[in-house]
Amino acid sequence: MDWQFVFSQALTQAIGPTMLVYALGAIGLNLQFGYTGLLNFGQAAFAAVGAYGLALSVAAFGLPFWLGIIIGLGAAVILALLMGIPTLRLRADYLAIVTIAAAEIVRRLFRATVWAEHTGGSDGMREFSDPFFELNPFPPDATWTLGFISMDSGRLIVDFGLFDLQYSNRDLWVMAVGWALIAIFLGILGLLVHSPWGRVLKGIREDEEAVRSLGKNVFAYKMQALVIGGLIGAVAGFVFALARANVQPDAFSTDFTFYFYIVLILGGAARLFGPVLGAALFWFLYNIFAQGLSEAINSGLISTDIINQTQVGPLVFFLLGLGMVLLLIFRPQGILGNRRELMLDVR
Amino acid sequence: MRRAVLLLSAAFAGLLLGLGVNSSATAQDAFGVHGTLENQQDEPVAGVSITVADAAGTEIATVQSAEDGTWAVPLDAGGDYLVTLDESTLPDGLVVRNGKPELEVTISSDRTVLFPLDTQVVGGTDPGGDEPSTSGEESGETGGESTADPEAAENGENLGEIEDEGGATRAASLLVSGLHFGLMIALAAVGLSMVFGTTGLTNFAHGDLVTFGGVMALLFNLTFGLPVWVAAIAAVLLGAAFGWVQDWGLWSRLFKRGTGLVSMMIISIGVALLIRFATLFFFGGERKRYDEYVGQQPWDFGWLVIAPKEVVTGLIALGVCIAVGLALVYTRLGKATRAVADNPSLAASTGINVTQVVRLVWTIGGGLAAMSGVFLSISDGVKFDMGQHLLLMVFAAVVLGGLGTAFGAFVGAMLIGVFVQMSTLVIAPELKYVGALAVLIIIMLTRPQGILGRRERIG
Amino acid sequence: MSDEAQPETEPEAPVGNARAGITAARASLADVPPEPGAPKQDPILKATGVRRAFGGLVAVDVQHLEVQRGTITALIGPNGAGKTTFFNLLTGFDRPSRGEWVFDGRRADRMRSYQVARAGMVRTFQLTKALTRMTVMDNMLIGAANQVGERFWAGLIPPVWKAQEAANRAKAMELLERFKLIDKREDYAGELSGGQRKLLEMARALMLNPKMVMLDEPMAGVNPALKQSLLEHIKDLREEGMTVLFVEHDMDMVHEIADWVAVMAAGQLITEGTPDQISADRRVIDAYLGAHHDAAQR
Repeated sequence: MDWQFVFSQALTQAIGPTMLVYALGAIGLNLQFGYTGLLNFGQAAFAAVGAYGLALSVAAFGLPFWLGIIIGLGAAVILALLMGIPTLRLRADYLAIVTIAAAEIVRRLFRATVWAEHTGGSDGMREFSDPFFELNPFPPDATWTLGFISMDSGRLIVDFGLFDLQYSNRDLWVMAVGWALIAIFLGILGLLVHSPWGRVLKGIREDEEAVRSLGKNVFAYKMQALVIGGLIGAVAGFVFALARANVQPDAFSTDFTFYFYIVLILGGAARLFGPVLGAALFWFLYNIFAQGLSEAINSGLISTDIINQTQVGPLVFFLLGLGMVLLLIFRPQGILGNRRELMLDVR
Repeated sequence: MRRAVLLLSAAFAGLLLGLGVNSSATAQDAFGVHGTLENQQDEPVAGVSITVADAAGTEIATVQSAEDGTWAVPLDAGGDYLVTLDESTLPDGLVVRNGKPELEVTISSDRTVLFPLDTQVVGGTDPGGDEPSTSGEESGETGGESTADPEAAENGENLGEIEDEGGATRAASLLVSGLHFGLMIALAAVGLSMVFGTTGLTNFAHGDLVTFGGVMALLFNLTFGLPVWVAAIAAVLLGAAFGWVQDWGLWSRLFKRGTGLVSMMIISIGVALLIRFATLFFFGGERKRYDEYVGQQPWDFGWLVIAPKEVVTGLIALGVCIAVGLALVYTRLGKATRAVADNPSLAASTGINVTQVVRLVWTIGGGLAAMSGVFLSISDGVKFDMGQHLLLMVFAAVVLGGLGTAFGAFVGAMLIGVFVQMSTLVIAPELKYVGALAVLIIIMLTRPQGILGRRERIG
Repeated sequence: MSDEAQPETEPEAPVGNARAGITAARASLADVPPEPGAPKQDPILKATGVRRAFGGLVAVDVQHLEVQRGTITALIGPNGAGKTTFFNLLTGFDRPSRGEWVFDGRRADRMRSYQVARAGMVRTFQLTKALTRMTVMDNMLIGAANQVGERFWAGLIPPVWKAQEAANRAKAMELLERFKLIDKREDYAGELSGGQRKLLEMARALMLNPKMVMLDEPMAGVNPALKQSLLEHIKDLREEGMTVLFVEHDMDMVHEIADWVAVMAAGQLITEGTPDQISADRRVIDAYLGAHHDAAQR
């Protein structure tokens, strides 16, 4: 079997469009959970209202693309307010339950047949991404070679000898935008978490009563964190929808949120670069397992009597779930975390 | 070879997110359309013709849905296709709900095409409905107590068999099926609530204990060929053992290490994923049924048509809930459990072995959840994610009743069950869970301590 | 030591006059009759008809209480007397069933906890609430009031808040010096001992320049060696013109630092007076013994 190919594919994916979705979603979650301690289990819903806000505006109502973006972001703000107002004054686990319930409500509303003529029901929607790809500066027919980097009719190939990275011109456009967004958000969050504002958030994570006793309006800060994290989640939804050029309600299931948590914990919560590193590693591991296994099955290395192709996905997710449990037990601070800090976790 | 794997990896990228809910989307066929035809009770519909034509209108293939309702048409290349379901081959009374038996699809990989099927008003075609239609418009959605949502955990399939008997009968049926559903939720909710009460852990893997029960019973029933009632008992015992093992092997150790509650909550998510995908791995993504009681002849009381299995499982569940309640109030261990839930450190200082009590709670909770899974499966079959979907209803029940009290969980579960089913009188069946979850959020807003809980004392 | 330790003086309580004012305030208590609800000459806090019921259980039912400005007032009572609940009510951490109170001339019974703190009444907790995974210095800095950088947009632009941050840091250094925590400033608060956390919590409260400091059992869980220094710190607060109200069990300590004592039992204010008057009061002894008697029976 072609190990080089599997490895190249996994590396290609590790910095590719889908990884960007996980990184963005987890960056938003990092502000909410990592820094503020808010248990938002509805990050998938923020991505969903972002993606559907855009898709519905453009595909169903014929609005301009930029207006779709604004509508998606507005929907995320409204969702954050709806989730936050009832629960942010209550204990942490109430927010967890409300957000998970709200996410499920959102998903079921989008897949309902009642308004399927607009939303497409469980099939979702497409035909909203053209305005985005019209702006694509990477031409679909470029062909050139520059050392180990080459363009083959719009397809970028970076050949490192042992492995190579390959992206279509559409991927490149999504990645350019996605990585720029990540840089912007990390820049903003970097400023915020090192400011007095960020200090209040960390204080709330540690003990909100104490912060309240020091004259801070804890509710307002929590709400700000929920809204900003949700907005970043909606942006993750945009990138997700545009990269796939479609939206489907079932893509925004609760598991989507759980993967954001895996990414965040893998990289290290309350670490600025944790989500990006976690997303790259998560998606690399997923791809190397999934593709390695299917390659091995295809080439007859593993008999189909042991596992068949349909079982590869479940097996990889089983391994990821196992990895998440083991990680939380044995290295709960993630890759970038600080063990000394974590030992103090007495909650 | 290389090209095939490339396509495969593209398919996998798409598969990832679909997996949690739609595992039947297999990815090895590079191009194709496929689907599963199920009626509103999630029962497969066989022998229906489906034709796939290309954009020019040239027919490519006509297939018939198999015994398990599945159909598939492999294609040579991507592009736009027209998929048509021949409505004349549907069983009597079924129609495509959205009125769109023709779908244009764009194929870039293997794609699922769904035709939601619904019951149409047809007088006198079913065993229960010998009265003529009384209210045509309303009965259009009669039988719609079942969700249109193929993935939802479902119960009370028999109620779909009654058609147009008028509002009161329908309300009675929904009430009864709601009570049944409530009891199923209660079995799971009592365990979840007791674990929360004694340890403070919000266990996201509790729903997967429900699935575990259903799957184990299926294993004993189909693989080992035991009768369902034996398989049910075995599954409940195994569920209890599984709860015990989880606490022994994982949770009690984490508590000893002083792991934070939030960390444990997230660990429980990992455990949930682990159980769910292990189930999917060994068991596949289809809904499977036991070999008994599937198409049971219902009892007809005129005002109510109900399958005996519903009555039996409902009564057993009620009996078990009462027994657990009495045990909590009157037995020594039950009192110890409540003491631990009230104040663990105080209970420990009065000589109660907290570790042992928590272990017992996990064991009973595991057994009850498994029982819920078995009973739900008797009605609706087993699916690897059935527990995940029930879990939200269980959370709603527990929050409604007030976190951490077993009695509150029971009352909350009954209210949620009845509310979910009765709400279909006014809202579309596919939105009934949305209604229940919305109620959960409203309760949070107005009465966070639950309808039975007491306002907590601060400081 | 106390005079130079106050970095920013309250406009209405200049340090120079504070001494004289405090002595006068303490002296004025001599004329106050030792009975519940007795009026004071210059009360900073005036509470009337404060009641809090949990279901059928009335935890707090205080008819009237006034706290003299610039003094140390102790709130004592047996377990379950409702002291901490009363404390929580006054500081906005719990909502009263009914009742109203005025703090420093402003109605405070409708205020939320953070508004109470901003108004100048800052509390500590019986179980210390150090922000464990933040450094001691960050614990101090978060206490500072009116920080520009705590607003979202301003937080994004460091030049806007850097100067204020530097001033706060200087003030925090002074306080840490005074509370002997200066060497620990870069340690995580979770690494401090129980007594050091009490000191940190008190120092952090002073970052807000409070008018009144509410201490909930400041001596609980503190080793005897540290107790004396804590007592001195509390006395210093009074010397700087702050009013102190604290909950305590230990009569010896109350005797040593309190100017005035209010006694609660079964949710009610049963008496008030100077420490000497209270020690001699039969009702107080009954309340304590009665409580012990009940506890023994349980």
